[in-house]
Amino acid sequence: MHPATIDWLIMAVYFGFVLGVGFALRRYMKTSSDYFLSGRSIPAWVAGLAFLSANLGAQEVIGMAASGAKYGMATSHFYWVGAIPAMVFLGVFMMPFYYGSKARSVPEYLKLRFDEKTRALNAISFAVMTVFSSGISMYAMGLLLHLLLGWDFSLSVWLSALIVLGYILLGGLTSAIYNEVLQFFLIVFGFTPLVYLGLKDVGGWTGLTARLAHVASVQGYAPQAWSSTWRELGHASANPMGVEWFGVLMGLGFVLSFGYWCTDFLVVQRAMAAHSMSAARRTPLIAAVPKMLFPFLVIVPGMIAIASTLGGGSSGFALPHKADGSLNYDLSIPLMLGHYFPHGMLGLGLTALLASFMSGMAGNVTAFNTVWTYDIYQAYLHRGASDQHYLSMGRLATVFGIALSVAAAYVANRFNNIMDMLQLLFAFVNAPLFATFLLGMFWKRTTGHAAFFGLLCGTAAAALHHGLTLPRGSVPGIKGGWLDVLHSYPSEMAQNFWTAIWAFCACFVVTALVSLVTRPRPEQELVGLVYSLTARQREPDQAWYLRPAGLAALVLAGAIFLNIAFW
Amino acid sequence: MGPDIRLPLGAMFALLGVLLSVFGLTSSPATYAPALGINVNLWWGLVLLAFGALMLWLGLRARRR
Repeated sequence: MHPATIDWLIMAVYFGFVLGVGFALRRYMKTSSDYFLSGRSIPAWVAGLAFLSANLGAQEVIGMAASGAKYGMATSHFYWVGAIPAMVFLGVFMMPFYYGSKARSVPEYLKLRFDEKTRALNAISFAVMTVFSSGISMYAMGLLLHLLLGWDFSLSVWLSALIVLGYILLGGLTSAIYNEVLQFFLIVFGFTPLVYLGLKDVGGWTGLTARLAHVASVQGYAPQAWSSTWRELGHASANPMGVEWFGVLMGLGFVLSFGYWCTDFLVVQRAMAAHSMSAARRTPLIAAVPKMLFPFLVIVPGMIAIASTLGGGSSGFALPHKADGSLNYDLSIPLMLGHYFPHGMLGLGLTALLASFMSGMAGNVTAFNTVWTYDIYQAYLHRGASDQHYLSMGRLATVFGIALSVAAAYVANRFNNIMDMLQLLFAFVNAPLFATFLLGMFWKRTTGHAAFFGLLCGTAAAALHHGLTLPRGSVPGIKGGWLDVLHSYPSEMAQNFWTAIWAFCACFVVTALVSLVTRPRPEQELVGLVYSLTARQREPDQAWYLRPAGLAALVLAGAIFLNIAFW
Repeated sequence: MGPDIRLPLGAMFALLGVLLSVFGLTSSPATYAPALGINVNLWWGLVLLAFGALMLWLGLRARRR
């Protein structure tokens, strides 16, 4: 793939606007609240698109297309089951506490609701995780750009790091949010024609399902295995994901999804920046609308790619093989860009891809500098300094956050297995989180000691479960079974879902039991933090579709419709 | 609160739209063989231009008030 002048020109226009937005916002960054929370002034639709975009990093775009090729339409469970209900829950039930408590971050909410040690546990693990996630995102980008365009790994990493550094340093969270809106539209406008051309090439939806039926039969599955969502989930051996409906509903749809969307500061920060309680509650609900449609933009290309590769017929192109002989699914979208787009559109497609890499990185960096400054530096290292001091610290944290991410990208490049181990560790730490929030927000009896020990036990349960089980066909080690193999799962995904379920249950039970034997906080300290002690939100003067409940009903109806339509 | 996001958003897409559609008008039809013979640069460029113009109009209208 060799970009022509017009392609470079389009990329240059985008980079010009990205940095231009940062410069334009520079003079608005007067206080730490402007820098870390956009002065709580963002309109709901802007916060909503940023909420979605912050999660739409390159691993998401590339990974979802890869899963679309590997598992087919069932990948949309990560959207219609694994995202929408949790986003609705966040908007309707949880935002009143996050926004109403005036907490500046998710760890700070834990401090207000529980105690210092629970905050410290969450803040430190979150800060480390964001730096590594951003590094992994950069590493993935460096690899891909090297493979596609022959760019030097170091050049891609440093260039993208400098651009992200530039615009966040200048304009803080507002700059990240504004750029996420640009990125959102670039991804939509960059990938829509790709899906259109790809579908047209394989003969529309009917042509695609016919070819996917061939893909499925060749591998010994029922003909609809690649083009349906629920139909083949009765038994793990009937679908390429190797999961059954209960694991999907409980593991993905409940524990993993609520744990991510409702407690991860990376996304919640966007809603906290909204200009009012009502806008903050609408943020995830507005984000849910495009989120619901994203499977057509990122999963369908993967399905087209596998249909062209293995579905018979001669048109289209084929996915290449990796060194070990398996198909390189990750190249679905990049190769389709090169195949279907002439120069001009190729520039737009590559820009969309770069935009998704940078939004993933920027989201992590803005979440990191806030948690570092408010929850680690201000809380434990330097209390009671002036607001200007914390503003400078935020800028400094942006610089060393990005420097650490670059270092992490190089570590990932050198020692792949270290990154796998770290990601596994983060998965153990994150798995039980939602149980803590659920009990904390809806049961006033929950105590700080209980939350802390519940989290530790949940993480331990996750590690223990992983250490005792193994996906079929793997060797004990990083994939599990490093203590003993008591049970084997049909697939890695099934093992992940059940690790999450065990972690959640352990955390829930331990938190509840310890709460019963420790002293609860006086009720007057918990007003605004716990459901039963907080006044209900009323927005009587707004149209029904602007109220969170009305919007939530619409969004849920849409998700149910899509699940049935693609059953 | 910073400036209205719709202004840079509109300006960027209008500019990208003009670039793509002008390139689409001047490039040879052979360029579009991989895109199933459709001049995607021209058509999609016009879509981007229309979106950019809409965002600029909304942003400027809000500013006048």
